Amino acid sequence: MSQHELNARNLLCPIPVIRTQNKISELSAGDQLVVYCTDPGTLHDIPAWCRVHGHTLVSAEEQSDEIVITIEVNDT
Amino acid sequence: MLATKVIQEQGVHVEGINFYTGFCVEGHTHAIRKKDKEKQKKNSSLWVAEQLGIKLHIIDISEEYKDIVLNPKHGYGQNLNPCLDCKIDMVARAWQWCQDNDFDFVITGEVIGQRPKSQRKATMPIIARESQVEDRLVRPLCAQHLPETYPEREGWVKREELYDFSGRSRKPQFALAEKLGIDEWSQPAGGCCFLTDASYSKKLQDLWDARGERRYEVDDIMLLKVGRHIRPAKNFKLIVSREEGENNFMRGYRSQFTYLYPTSHGGPLTLIDGSPTDEDLELAARIVARFSQGRNADKVTLEVVREHNQPAQVVQVVPMPADDIPEEWYIH
Ligand code: SF4
Repeated sequence: MSQHELNARNLLCPIPVIRTQNKISELSAGDQLVVYCTDPGTLHDIPAWCRVHGHTLVSAEEQSDEIVITIEVNDT
Repeated sequence: MLATKVIQEQGVHVEGINFYTGFCVEGHTHAIRKKDKEKQKKNSSLWVAEQLGIKLHIIDISEEYKDIVLNPKHGYGQNLNPCLDCKIDMVARAWQWCQDNDFDFVITGEVIGQRPKSQRKATMPIIARESQVEDRLVRPLCAQHLPETYPEREGWVKREELYDFSGRSRKPQFALAEKLGIDEWSQPAGGCCFLTDASYSKKLQDLWDARGERRYEVDDIMLLKVGRHIRPAKNFKLIVSREEGENNFMRGYRSQFTYLYPTSHGGPLTLIDGSPTDEDLELAARIVARFSQGRNADKVTLEVVREHNQPAQVVQVVPMPADDIPEEWYIH
């Protein structure tokens, strides 16, 4: 179980979703991934991607100029 | 969406694949342009996947896709859309994905006659053959007009429960959607790909003409989606932001371009693509001033930055009267 980070700042959807998807495919169940984004679309798309793939959305929040999304990887 | 549902109803496990070509409409301009923001925030393929309860794999093919756009074996549609080559390529990739992930066949939502060029009866076997998927490609919405496929012969899907739609009318599809309990619909009748857009295609063609060669980078095609594009001469063009969302997006490109913006009045960030002379930049400044709040002022002051993070050059210009900008400079 480990914590990972992904910088998806200045990328527009769906690229942040694709990067998240690819990163998660390298992780194991129980790992957490924190994704940093700037495209407001990610607030919808990354949680939707998590629901579709059965991963847990721990939090998704806007902090000053960026969006920080934390995901817990499940065995799907 | 419908094709998937039809196959799911037969008890088959389906997963979706969405290819990102760089020309996809949603996501980008909708995220960039403020006025569109409320209209389309969500990714429609993810939304569809969620409605259907299937996994969706989004695959970035923007680099490899260049070859399809630049050299389509089967040519273009009405604009720079290489639909037939594009479909062949996507089906080929989907089939490869199936083989890598232990899936048995590919389904698509094609309907014979729905699109003039790429969805004709004659093109159906071309897609199946050239993608090498052969008879492992099922088109549930028009299967009854086509030869039996391997999954049908094997009994994995029942042919009699597939459909015989054809032509441009979408009525039968709406009726089927209703029968299947789908009330919200996310099936754009075209319009999900910038290459089918006449104005976008003109900008892409202009880019190739100005560079004297047919090539592009992914950043180029992103920037064709934003701003007013104005080309006063072959060696440079202006990309003038139209609103705050575009301004913010274009700020991310300042390190790659010469850029200018008004300081005495509110006004748009403008990127200059190409290699402008000092005289060209003065002309550019007059054009930008015309789009600023100082358009009726005697003089507008602007800062011109040749290289990001280097000192700006301050210029004062008379805004160009709107009528002095020849219509043919606008690429749209
Ligand atoms: S509209 Fe665009 S994405 Fe769709 S088939 Fe044509 S080229 Fe491909």
